[in-house]
Amino acid sequence: MRVARINTKENENLDDGLDLSLLDPIIAKHKGKKGSLIPILQGTQELFGYISRSAFEKLSMETGIPLSDIYGVATFYAQFRLHPVGKHVIKVCHGTACHVQNSLEITEALEETLKVKDGETTKDRFYTLESVACLGCCSLAPVMMISNQTYGKLTGNEAVKIVKNIKLAENN
Amino acid sequence: MVTTVTVGLGSCGIAAGAKKTYEKIKTLQEESALDFKLKKTSCVGMCYREPLVEITDDTGTYLYGEVDADRAVEVIEKHVVQHNPIRDYIVYTDLFEAPENNFMNSQVKIVLRNCGFMDPESIDEYENRNGYQSIKKILSEKISCETVIDTILKSGLRGRGGGGFPTGMKWKFANANKSADKYVICNADEGDPGAFMDRSVLEGDPHSVLEGMIIAAYAIEATHGVIYCRAEYPLAIKRLNIAIRQAQERGYLGQNIFGFEGFNFDIYIKEGAGAFVCGEETALIASIEGERGMPRKRPPFPAVSGLWKKPTNINNVETLANIPWIILNGAEAYARYGTEKSKGTKVFALAGKVRHSGLVEVPMGMTIRDVIFKLGGGIKKDKKFKAVQMGGPSGGCIPEYLSDTIVDYDSVNATGAIMGSGGMVVMDETTCMVDVAKFFLDFTCKESCGKCTFCRMGTRRMLEILHRISDGQGKEGDLEKLEEMAIQIKNNSLCGLGQTAPNPVLTTIRYFRDEYEAHIKHKKCPAKVCRPLLTYQIMEDKCTGCMVCMKNCPVKAISGERKQPHHINEEICTKCGLCFSKCKFEAIMIS
Repeated sequence: MRVARINTKENENLDDGLDLSLLDPIIAKHKGKKGSLIPILQGTQELFGYISRSAFEKLSMETGIPLSDIYGVATFYAQFRLHPVGKHVIKVCHGTACHVQNSLEITEALEETLKVKDGETTKDRFYTLESVACLGCCSLAPVMMISNQTYGKLTGNEAVKIVKNIKLAENN
Repeated sequence: MVTTVTVGLGSCGIAAGAKKTYEKIKTLQEESALDFKLKKTSCVGMCYREPLVEITDDTGTYLYGEVDADRAVEVIEKHVVQHNPIRDYIVYTDLFEAPENNFMNSQVKIVLRNCGFMDPESIDEYENRNGYQSIKKILSEKISCETVIDTILKSGLRGRGGGGFPTGMKWKFANANKSADKYVICNADEGDPGAFMDRSVLEGDPHSVLEGMIIAAYAIEATHGVIYCRAEYPLAIKRLNIAIRQAQERGYLGQNIFGFEGFNFDIYIKEGAGAFVCGEETALIASIEGERGMPRKRPPFPAVSGLWKKPTNINNVETLANIPWIILNGAEAYARYGTEKSKGTKVFALAGKVRHSGLVEVPMGMTIRDVIFKLGGGIKKDKKFKAVQMGGPSGGCIPEYLSDTIVDYDSVNATGAIMGSGGMVVMDETTCMVDVAKFFLDFTCKESCGKCTFCRMGTRRMLEILHRISDGQGKEGDLEKLEEMAIQIKNNSLCGLGQTAPNPVLTTIRYFRDEYEAHIKHKKCPAKVCRPLLTYQIMEDKCTGCMVCMKNCPVKAISGERKQPHHINEEICTKCGLCFSKCKFEAIMIS
């Protein structure tokens, strides 16, 4: 059970500055169709990078699906995030092949460099560090994926170098 | 004949830099106006040699390995322009002895028949390789659905997702339930960490999966198809979408398909949202319906009441990719391969501490040892082979001394592991079996949907014990407690996830009990993995006093003068291992 995923902060800032009208086309496309809740949530996350409390409330109001149901589904699946993420999400693979080839070293090296823990976002909102179960590139283990680009046969140092280079390249 | 240059652009190839190789070759071609055809293909299974470039000219076909952008320039220059193949870089060819000839020639490719041999985004190339011939044969020869089902039954094909249930039987049940709406679902939710065969098939040969689904639809008289694919495979989803659109344009999907009056079948893709339990068929159905992916009680089986309460047939990607071949070549041709109860071939994803990690397809009945040593090339860095993990979180670890076990459903089951979807993660002497058990249990514990108490709480309690053992806090009686809880969880869980969750723990206790005992009684990790059980020391004769370890130590446990041997204070040391990885002189000893 993904108990850890459930948001326990009570005083979340309600004014998150998101333009919720962007959700209208997604709602119009799926409203009333059976089995559409997951695509709606996927679309929402695609837009904002996460599913905000305000988005939950709007989706529930407009689709008529009870808030509890939407929340239940969103917290069940690993894909959905309830907090904003950085510009780039670093997904460090912790599948079996990566695990036996020391993927822990990658996560630890990145945690140290970025000064965040697994699952957290850097202060400048540039990177979010995540662990994922398997990216299916086991032959290149250990691997990580940053914004749909996969990097393989890593060491802690190389991972740090890649992360630093991406940031440098974008800041210039 | 025009020379063709083909670049392998599967996910693994791209990760290894194949896109850059492709771009480089393209620029070369345009700049120098070179006369050759540049093509794309997917993964041929030789992931350890990526990026791969295949060149076919008048003299034959040559596969080049590890072609980065620089090597691509050399290969194009020498081979294509000067007609002078570079033998040192060629990994596979029919024409002479090359390093990977044995790897390729020891395989029997049925499922992977097209992977790496054609452009997955071209329906024409698929059709040129006997694509859509099987369904056309069925329709033109007016073969009845009963005969189709019978053929699949006779072929002995069993579900390749892990269950191993006879596919023909599944179709028979689905066919028996009459309804105006019926569903065929392709299970492409390959969640087992360490398995990637379905991804490769979807990326390399999406049309064969569509054709398999169309044949299934014909056999059970289904009207709708759904491919439930995990969202972690964006390239597979993209290529499936292209394939579906192409098939629709040719009239192979939609209304009256292949011009056959009344044969209506459409397919759409449903992206999973990341939940391992959704590989279980009733959970998968719940997920498609937009619910939390929690399994439900069977019966009623999906063949009676499945998606939207309609009769539903669910097959795995690899199973479906077998179907067109069986129809075209006959059940006997398929059943010629394999053992008495497990027919045909099986694709394995070799990964871990094996030299040749990649995809291999072998006839059932080959020994595990042959798969790992003959095809896999043995263990990396000549370390000692310790065990192989089969079946992922539902499977188990098979020790070296049982590696003459043959690969078929029943033989693998007898070891306590399962065939599963075909992941083989190879482990050497530096892999700690307690750590492996902990890894898998941590996975199933997180992925448990929470419906059954034994699975939800039991896996957590077992995990706590394992954490204690690897932290050096193990107690007498822990192993017995683990075994007792394992049996309770197996007996009291509703779905396959819970029923098999304890397998990795049970098999490691069964075959590596001494390793557990070393952790519990002697507080030692023989494989030197469990950090709290290790001590770090500096060997004075090797230490040059360069101060690198001292500077890097996050807790300042290292002291010493420049050019004098340093010392680690064990009381402060957190055993993070940073000094070990930073030391250039191998002066840090772990014991």
